[in-house]
Amino acid sequence: MSLELAANDGVIPTGHALAQSPLAVRGMTVSYGQTPVVFSVDMTVAEGAMTAIIGPNGAGKSTLLKAALGIVKPLAGQVSVFGKPLAGERHRIAYVPQRASVDWDFPTRVIDVVLMGLYRELGLLRRIRGQHRAKAMACLERVGMVDFADRQIGQLSGGQQQRVFLARALAQEADLYLLDEPFAGVDAATEKAIIDVLKSLKKDGKTVVAVHHDLATVADYFDRVFLINTRKIAEGTVAEAFTPENLDRTYGGRLATGQIDQLDLVAV
Amino acid sequence: MSGAEFVPLSLTPLLIGMFAAVACALPGNFLVLRRQALIGDAISHVVLPGIVVAFLVTGVVAAAPMLLGAAVAAILSVVMIEAIRRLGGIEPGAAMGLTFTTLFAAGVLLLEQSDTSGVHLDVEHALYGNLESLIWLDAIGWQSLVDASALAELPVELFRVAAALVGVCAFLWVFWRPLVLSTFDEGFARTLGVRTGSVGLALVIVAAVAAVAAFDAVGSIIVIAMFICPPAAARLMTNRLNMQLGWSVVFAVLSAVLGYVFAGFGPLWFGFDNAVSAAGMIATVSGVILGLSALFGPCRKRLGAPVV
Repeated sequence: MSLELAANDGVIPTGHALAQSPLAVRGMTVSYGQTPVVFSVDMTVAEGAMTAIIGPNGAGKSTLLKAALGIVKPLAGQVSVFGKPLAGERHRIAYVPQRASVDWDFPTRVIDVVLMGLYRELGLLRRIRGQHRAKAMACLERVGMVDFADRQIGQLSGGQQQRVFLARALAQEADLYLLDEPFAGVDAATEKAIIDVLKSLKKDGKTVVAVHHDLATVADYFDRVFLINTRKIAEGTVAEAFTPENLDRTYGGRLATGQIDQLDLVAV
Repeated sequence: MSGAEFVPLSLTPLLIGMFAAVACALPGNFLVLRRQALIGDAISHVVLPGIVVAFLVTGVVAAAPMLLGAAVAAILSVVMIEAIRRLGGIEPGAAMGLTFTTLFAAGVLLLEQSDTSGVHLDVEHALYGNLESLIWLDAIGWQSLVDASALAELPVELFRVAAALVGVCAFLWVFWRPLVLSTFDEGFARTLGVRTGSVGLALVIVAAVAAVAAFDAVGSIIVIAMFICPPAAARLMTNRLNMQLGWSVVFAVLSAVLGYVFAGFGPLWFGFDNAVSAAGMIATVSGVILGLSALFGPCRKRLGAPVV
């Protein structure tokens, strides 16, 4: 089993690649109750690339991200961020949670949510000044939401909420961007706006990892994929790892052959 | 009413009522937003067994051990709620309900079984306090406010609730950002390194301190009402959190003042002879305010139903 997995991994990262990786996860196991959701997963995120985490519902995609970030406590596993322990490198990470994970009725405005991204800069008591607001507005500009700065967040559409979350992540000025289903339930214009921002991040040398659902857009949007169904299935470039065989193993045969054919995958 | 009458008889109960109301309403804003409003209810109920046990252990009705007993009971109840929620796998509301009714009932039993008849410790007092009796007998008028010997005789409850209020304000001021972050988006807050568990626990402890200080003066009815009613009413008035806190303070003060006045004079206006309990009236007024803002507040529509 392990040999087979290794064969599918493509290049196994050397010690050096591991040390440099923006996010390396080793032996990650997380369980809610008795059943493991993520089991003994290794992941090595490639620097400067856009990686999609792909798998069926309940396959542990979000949980893997959350455990890597210390949001949920894993049963076992190690995480290193740019070769160092997570605790000291938090300032280099920006995170976009699932939109539905928060209460959008919370009494706050769009600009205040984006300013939350400056928390590490502002600390407990430093006053919010013009420069901070200007930075937050610039981030809203990048996602096309400047006109909504003073709106209560509950007045936004789903796509607009997602853009605000992305703007907050931009305000963090990180090197590694982790996004949990950024395209879930958003309109086409928002999807385009988000992918444009993510591609511009990549151009600036940032690393992007996103939990992604739409198999049809994987090849357009991402350089690399990480296939998971509780256990890791495969990891590598789209050409290497996003293959019909791997998808079949990831989805346990639940994808119709027609669906896989439609993906127009390059034969390896 | 002249100063000679107002200052000794009504000034201190009014101030204590206002301070207690505001000290509970402020953390109540966060408890309501976190859907933990019932924690206030739980805390104010478990204070009773805490006080009784403190009395049984020390054998005296002294403020320090009783407040300590109440605080320990409050924190114990928080731990119990968490334990029941996790081990039993049931929803937090049910765990809170279970905890505070059980502990309150245990407090009543303890009180009945122990020899507390000779001391000022009873269930009525626990429920609606003794706000009307917290008078300033040494005052002779407004001039007493600058008279050191009269000031020295101010009821100790006044200082206690004032200190609790100052503590609550200081906590909210210093930890505003982590509180807001972990209330709105706990996962994101953790990625920033905010210890959301500790922040939540600190909030509950601060609420417990406010509840214990207020309970001592005004009883648990006001404490429960003030944790929920002014913040809930304030949420319907504005869509911004700092404004919401402002409104909750206004509503808490309004409840305390109107409640005190209505309790003292309202029955007379309707031809009844006796005044009614100020604590009961203050809680009632806060409920009426909540009802009015639910009917007429500008931000009544729930906007943020997640669009999935």
